[in-house]
Amino acid sequence: MKGRKPGKAGQQKMNIADAPPYGSGTLGSDVQDVIGKQLRAMYDDLVNQTVPDRFKELLQELNKRKNKGKS
Amino acid sequence: MGIEASMQDKILATLPRLRAFAISLSGKVDRADDLVQETLVRAFTNINSFQPGTNLQAWLFTILRNQFRSEYRKRRHEVEDVDGRFAENLTTPPEQQSRLEFEEFRQALTELPLDQREALILVGASGFSYEQAAQICDCAIGTIKSRVNRARARLAEILSIESADDFGPDGDMQAAVASARSR
Repeated sequence: MKGRKPGKAGQQKMNIADAPPYGSGTLGSDVQDVIGKQLRAMYDDLVNQTVPDRFKELLQELNKRKNKGKS
Repeated sequence: MGIEASMQDKILATLPRLRAFAISLSGKVDRADDLVQETLVRAFTNINSFQPGTNLQAWLFTILRNQFRSEYRKRRHEVEDVDGRFAENLTTPPEQQSRLEFEEFRQALTELPLDQREALILVGASGFSYEQAAQICDCAIGTIKSRVNRARARLAEILSIESADDFGPDGDMQAAVASARSR
């Protein structure tokens, strides 16, 4: 986790020194915030991955099949 | 008749998000791609059950989520056999630093109970409202809320986050803020 580049990932960070300890039942809003931002960053990274071509081909194939089957 | 071209385009447009959901849910790219494929087949088979004007993305997410759960029940031991090979076959050249962090976070996510994991991803990452997430998961809104809260608390434990600082100091802005605070 060390040495992360500033910018995209760095912006998700906050510096909050006074978080209540986890495990106390309620989560500090700053910790919630960090987790939320990490989650979204990871997810956005996945969303930005290139979708394999085979899905587009599959869609066309499915549609073709449906045309044949029902017309 | 086939589905309309516009519908096909909309499904196509949803794919990156659907796949991101599948990857974060299952923790494995290969498995996620199988899930997406199965979801598309099911969507086409049951296209008549989609009500035009409703949220197509939510509909597809529901199919994928149910598909994953039914497989999860059947092959529980495999699902829990987390092997950490997540990043291997992602197609975009990785920015190694953040990729490592995403891997660590993704790993932590797979350690959550499935109920909590799906609720957190839907609300916290996919951008669904509590209400939509409740519909997708076929449960009450209050249930989703409590699952999301428990998921966050558990993740904080797994990742040992007691404060925002625990993500490790890095970045100039972070350092600047920290140094300003200590004065």
